[in-house]
Amino acid sequence: MTTTHSMAKPASFVVTNAVFIGRSIRLSLRNTEALIMAIMLPILLMLLFTYVFGGALDPTGNYVDYVVPGIILLCAGFGSSQTAVDVAQDMTSGIIDRFRTMPIRSLSVVTGHVVASLVRNLIATGVVIGVALLVGFRPSAGVVEWLGAVGTITLFILTFTWLFAAIGLVAGSPSAAAGYGFVLLFLPYLSNAFVSTDTMPKWLQGVANHQPITPVIETIRGLLTGTPVHDRAWWAIGWCLLILLVSLVWSLWSFRRKAGRR
Amino acid sequence: MSNFAIEVKGLRKSFGSQIVLDGIDLAVPAGTVFALLGPNGAGKTTLIHILSTLTAPDQGSVRVAGYDVVTEKNEVKRSISLTGQFAAVDEMLTAEENLRMICRLSGLTSAESGARTAELLKQFGLSSAMGKRVKTYSGGMRRRLDLAISLAASRPVLFLDEPTTGLDTISRRSLWDIILQLKEQGITIFLTTQYLEEADQLADTISVIADGHVVATGTAEELKSRVGGEVIELRNEKEEVIRMISTNGSIHDVRQTLNELAHTVPQEARVSIRKPSMDDVFLALTTKNLEGTRS
Ligand SMILES: Nc1ncnc2c1ncn2[C@@H]1O[C@H](COP(=O)(O)OP(=O)(O)OP(=O)(O)O)[C@@H](O)[C@H]1O
Ligand SMILES: [Mg+2]
Repeated sequence: MTTTHSMAKPASFVVTNAVFIGRSIRLSLRNTEALIMAIMLPILLMLLFTYVFGGALDPTGNYVDYVVPGIILLCAGFGSSQTAVDVAQDMTSGIIDRFRTMPIRSLSVVTGHVVASLVRNLIATGVVIGVALLVGFRPSAGVVEWLGAVGTITLFILTFTWLFAAIGLVAGSPSAAAGYGFVLLFLPYLSNAFVSTDTMPKWLQGVANHQPITPVIETIRGLLTGTPVHDRAWWAIGWCLLILLVSLVWSLWSFRRKAGRR
Repeated sequence: MSNFAIEVKGLRKSFGSQIVLDGIDLAVPAGTVFALLGPNGAGKTTLIHILSTLTAPDQGSVRVAGYDVVTEKNEVKRSISLTGQFAAVDEMLTAEENLRMICRLSGLTSAESGARTAELLKQFGLSSAMGKRVKTYSGGMRRRLDLAISLAASRPVLFLDEPTTGLDTISRRSLWDIILQLKEQGITIFLTTQYLEEADQLADTISVIADGHVVATGTAEELKSRVGGEVIELRNEKEEVIRMISTNGSIHDVRQTLNELAHTVPQEARVSIRKPSMDDVFLALTTKNLEGTRS
């Protein structure tokens, strides 16, 4: 053996994060079931909403233009919920103890999962848009609007991934994490993602119009298909940043608490 | 830095109302092998977790490589490496990927990591399985990988919590050689084990903990001599040990012991007299199994 055993220089911040991001992406690629789901789900949902429900919901045949943002968010929500499972898996297996005894910022384990989720879900978003274009989606957006839409989607994915990461950190096991995460996946249905909120009961309209998903949907829809955006973009960004901040603080807090507990 | 790699004074730790460590004092000189023995649940893993900054002590001063485990966590982390009682490996990665990852995180460059990984895979007999995912490994292979990972970066203090549990005889011997080589390089090794022969073979100093206290410390020889000169062992016809009594080995003492036993053991029982083993020490210190030491 050739190494010396003086106090070693620890890995740099950049290397640490690069290693954990690489690990998480590799794990994503190896989790075959989740990967297939992440690609199949957008395709199936797109076909389902366009051909099965589409005609009933909008006989003019333009339903696909209406529903694309909703499906993007539904898939992104589903895709990022995997983060809760991945994080819980790491926190409940022995590997986290190894990382904690090393001179690195061990929270980077979580950051790695977050970045991998971002990559996975942007790809899934690409699949949704690809399939949408095939089944008749005709966006009116120019370059600026596309950038705006992709930016909004990215912020949304990042926000929900951190939220799921926090859930993964507080959950006692990967299956508990999956269970808690599941509840959040109903949010897109309680918005104007698939149908206009006008037909909902009054109390539900109140919920649907004021929950965070609705302004995000309206912003993306507006940017892609030219419906009015007004102040919805600010609401969308505001909601996302607020949830992101809360999730970050929550994650940090629970990571510290778990680290100190044993 | 003092010449003690590990210094523990008045360490206490409870989980809820359960007192696990109730005033532990230890000092391990740098460059030596130290073995911690104790029955299941004695607090060996808890102590290792405290020494490796995973668990916070309730009370007492704990210094590793000269640094305080509470106030100088980062310095301690830079000085140690740990193989826990349960494998800390990434199941979804291969052995090679696991090793590379930890090498990189330990501050080695990409090229150094590759070389070190190959070296460790070879040393731990994992070269042929290096491309398979760890979840397909046998228990012993996983253990060997776990140990290899802990040696990715060479640190002055190495903690091994039951390192040879689950290893076959060949792997166990080869790990013993590796531990002794590491000691040659000046590395301090703190290990726990249930194999008393292991402590006997490897350790410069052995401590036994029970009921939250250190009940004995010394070299293997010192501990054995504490138990008494010799042990009278009685076996039944199935070669099972039915009694063990320590003796000073004199005719007088042996005769007296046997006379006393004549009433309580079957007459077919076979008698042998031998030097005490680490097992005897362990039993004597942690249970009441070995009867009154007369010497
Ligand atoms: N996180 C924890 N919460 C509550 N109790 C704990 C915790 N960790 C350990 N204990 C308790 O502390 C005691 C000592 O446990 P520890 O794992 O340190 O024993 P050990 O000496 O390593 O045993 P073994 O030989 O079985 O590995 C046990 O009674 C255990 O139940
Ligand atoms: Mg233990």
